[in-house]
Amino acid sequence: MSRIIGLTGNEAIAYAAKQSNVDVVAAYPITPQTVIVEAFSEYVFNGEVGTEFVCVESEHSAMSACIGASLTGTRVFTATSSQGLALMHEMLYIASGLRCPIVMGVVNRALSAPLNIHGDHSDMMGSRDCGWIQIYAENAQEAYDWIIQAFKIAEDSNVLLPLSVNIDGWTIGWTVERVEVLEDDEVTKFLSTRKPVLTIETDKPITVGALCLPDYYFEMKRQQVEALKESYEVIEHVTKEYEALTGKRYGFIETYNVEDAEAGILCLGSTAGTAKAVAKDLRSKGKKVAVIKPWIYRPFPTEEIIKAVENLKALAVLDRACSFGAPYSALCSDITATLYQYRKDLKIFNGIYGLGGRDIRPFDIEAVFNGALEVAKTGVVKEPLKFIGVRE
Amino acid sequence: MSDESKPGWKSIPIAGILLEPGSAMEYKTGDWRAFRPVVDQAKCINCLLCWIYCPDAAIIRREKFVEVNYDYCKGCGICANECPVRPVKAITMVEEKR
Repeated sequence: MSRIIGLTGNEAIAYAAKQSNVDVVAAYPITPQTVIVEAFSEYVFNGEVGTEFVCVESEHSAMSACIGASLTGTRVFTATSSQGLALMHEMLYIASGLRCPIVMGVVNRALSAPLNIHGDHSDMMGSRDCGWIQIYAENAQEAYDWIIQAFKIAEDSNVLLPLSVNIDGWTIGWTVERVEVLEDDEVTKFLSTRKPVLTIETDKPITVGALCLPDYYFEMKRQQVEALKESYEVIEHVTKEYEALTGKRYGFIETYNVEDAEAGILCLGSTAGTAKAVAKDLRSKGKKVAVIKPWIYRPFPTEEIIKAVENLKALAVLDRACSFGAPYSALCSDITATLYQYRKDLKIFNGIYGLGGRDIRPFDIEAVFNGALEVAKTGVVKEPLKFIGVRE
Repeated sequence: MSDESKPGWKSIPIAGILLEPGSAMEYKTGDWRAFRPVVDQAKCINCLLCWIYCPDAAIIRREKFVEVNYDYCKGCGICANECPVRPVKAITMVEEKR
């Protein structure tokens, strides 16, 4: 039976981690940290969880401690944001290379300079090739649900990869929403405890992190590619199990009115919520528009995207991060690369929006939809790369 | 170029984990070598300077001369450099043919 409580996105992630019976949390406790670890430290202080909470001196150390803990076979959680994720960058690759199924809440915020603490996807997009499974949640409910599913996905013996659940800084992180939560014992039953495959034990010593030269390194990377591929099936399986428990169906992407649409918007996170509201409004005015929201960014949901755009004539891909000097930003590059083989006729343009927490308003989204409808009608993309909501 | 005699990604433990302790001996570093030291046993005076200086303990002592353990010799050339035999040294470096 689910209960309904009011939680911010940050608190929803902390609450889900609490219910997931995490053995170790290692985190840097101050800015750019979010309320996630603050809330979790209260659970520890109050004795509500039996978690070993390690306060470290930097995010680099936080991830290092998480890796060490994960290698002993424990369930590990941490959280970070913005500059903190950037400082972790080196260790993110080590976590995936050593196949540590750490689950991390990432509250997406802008990177300096100039100094800014507001929401955009620059942090995670800057580390997108780190070999982690990457999930983007639209709201606090999704963040809660994905964290619980995350442990089951990451810790699967065919996967063993770290996983980040991303939410938009401030917009979701600090906003209170209605969240349906499971009872503790339901989560315990769903997740059970981690069943590690290879761990550091005194009885049977193994060596982890040894030098690996050109004669083996490439093979290890090939294994990581395979693990992400394997995670695909595991994600499908876990989301089905979660549906059986909660009635909520998650998957690789969420689509809204793609069946008969001419033009669509594809974006990650909370903006998809605004886009759906605007699409609903435009539909009532007879405009055939759709929204596509990838939940899973890595492994990239290639087949689902191809199917979702089947009937579209034009697609606007919205990126909340800028790949400076690139033809498109990260998400749009992936989409164009995916669709080039299958849908050369689909007209695509990239909109960069919301950097440093700049609001994206329904009015902005409507303009993007109208632009995409115009492209669908004329078949001409006049501006392949647009900047939405910036002053000239 | 990949060495086809080594196992592929499907048959090795994940994450570069070594399952047996003390297995470094099994990893042959001899294939790093570009030049190989060749001992002229007739010239060798068995002074053991090469044995002392070899950073990889790859010089093997025999009764009247030394030999090289090519499984671990990385071909640094210190042994040939230190060899005091003159006018022609007892250890010379010869380019590896691959």
